[in-house]
Amino acid sequence: MIQQYWLYLIYLLGSVFFIVGLKMLSGPKTARNGNFLAAAGMTLAILGTIFMHTNEDGEPIGNFGWIFGAIAIGTVLGWVSAKKVKMTAMPQMVSLFNGMGGACAALISLVEFGHLHDDASSITVLTIIAGLVIGSISFSGSIIAYAKLQEIMKKTFKLPAQNILTIILLLAIMGLSVYLAFGDSSTALLYTVFALSLAYGVLFVLPIGGADMPVVISLLNSFTGVAAAFGGFLYDNQVMLTGGILVGSAGTLLTVLMCNAMNRSLTNVIFGSFGGGGAAAGEASSFAGGSVKSSTPSDVAILMNYAQKVIVVPGYGLAVAQAQHVIHELESILEKRGVEVKYAIHPVAGRMPGHMNVLLAESNVAYDKLVEMEEINDQFATTDVVFVVGANDVVNPAARSNPASPIYGMPILDADKAKTVVVSKRSMAAGYAGIDNELFYYPNCLMLFGDAKASISKLVAELKEMD
Amino acid sequence: MDAFITFLGQHIEMIYILILSIFVGIEVISKVPSALHTPLMSGANAIHGVVIIGAIIVMGHAEAGNWPALILGFLAVILGTLNVVGGFVVTDRMLEMFKKKK
Repeated sequence: MIQQYWLYLIYLLGSVFFIVGLKMLSGPKTARNGNFLAAAGMTLAILGTIFMHTNEDGEPIGNFGWIFGAIAIGTVLGWVSAKKVKMTAMPQMVSLFNGMGGACAALISLVEFGHLHDDASSITVLTIIAGLVIGSISFSGSIIAYAKLQEIMKKTFKLPAQNILTIILLLAIMGLSVYLAFGDSSTALLYTVFALSLAYGVLFVLPIGGADMPVVISLLNSFTGVAAAFGGFLYDNQVMLTGGILVGSAGTLLTVLMCNAMNRSLTNVIFGSFGGGGAAAGEASSFAGGSVKSSTPSDVAILMNYAQKVIVVPGYGLAVAQAQHVIHELESILEKRGVEVKYAIHPVAGRMPGHMNVLLAESNVAYDKLVEMEEINDQFATTDVVFVVGANDVVNPAARSNPASPIYGMPILDADKAKTVVVSKRSMAAGYAGIDNELFYYPNCLMLFGDAKASISKLVAELKEMD
Repeated sequence: MDAFITFLGQHIEMIYILILSIFVGIEVISKVPSALHTPLMSGANAIHGVVIIGAIIVMGHAEAGNWPALILGFLAVILGTLNVVGGFVVTDRMLEMFKKKK
């Protein structure tokens, strides 16, 4: 018994570490230690469980060979893949790890269902099924999100009557779950619920466009948290409960914050207006008429060299082109010549909030040079050159002016208010929202076509010659 | 209905933890700068890997001959470890970059 109390204390300590760790993760100075602290809490909880846990019958944990074998395999795979992944592929990696957690929760439920005694309460059965359903949705959804971000799956599919279909599927899952708990608890039915939940996860994420993927990943992240919390109920395990619910609530808040940044509601993201709204936007953008002005690196170099102030607007294209180092080089050269350079970070630039910050930090851009949207928007009017690198929707003036546009109402960076806007872009292709950008046709806008890294390198070379 | 109330009554301490944790979770991240959203999401992602404890319990109490339980439990522990280790290591890599230049 005393051993069990020790374990309770360890779980308590683990929970405190999680909370403090999460708190520290929300400040730039303490973040890294916070992550260590949370990891330490996790290690404590895991070791405590292995060596001190006993079930209701007082039996200790066995099968050490299997457990340590599995942990060894998981550690090596997890460590190596996390170390090898490129910074640009970080979002999909997080999604993949999230899926693993969801699958873990689902598997636990599958096994525990087989262990149920005949006298198990219906609520216990419901707890197990809830873990299964939520874990499975999180798993299959995360895998689809991974495939989309990794560009294994490029198109956005939308079945006819998609929304009705998913609602029917969800109702079927709930109905069968209740029947399993209160009626006939057959294993075949359990596997049906399992399969339907996996299908739901796929259908849930498939129609959602790449621009909304961060929101989806964050949402699925909190799903997995909730699935873990159900495990906590099942085993009367406090650390699983606190850890799971912490992530469940923090993840939900994070999801809402991201939606706010795009000025869209969560239901709007999930049930999607982009698919339908896209057609309308296609028509709305036929205003184009005008032509774009193409420029050359040497012209842009002259512009920047004699500017007082340059603001860089980075987007996902910067990450794809791996241009974070050359852009920092450009910034250093300009700063040396007395040009003030800042980076304007839109809350949803890239494919995850903060994606650009992580990427630019990698190339040693100073933290205080990265300015958030609300702070920098007033400065565009007094800026000589705005350099848009691989960003599109976040500088689309249609969000301010065109109510027909699917992104209407999304807060944007007012890049168009600067004296000159230079846009580095591979082609005239639309951004992730799939809509045209009228900024490119503005008289103060110059296009610098080509790979961002190559273009900026040429720009740097031109600037060096000018010295 | 009775079953439900009984369940709540028997787990009342867990319910308290649940409710309080919801508030703590919201409170703790409410002031996070958007620059840290990605690492925070990734760190939270690692923390829900705590589900591995359930996997260890399943694995640790599976009887020797019960192959489905052994295999599913084994898989669950691997997946849970992936979530935990991968999650923390990826988060650390992101944060390492924030620290370097200061």
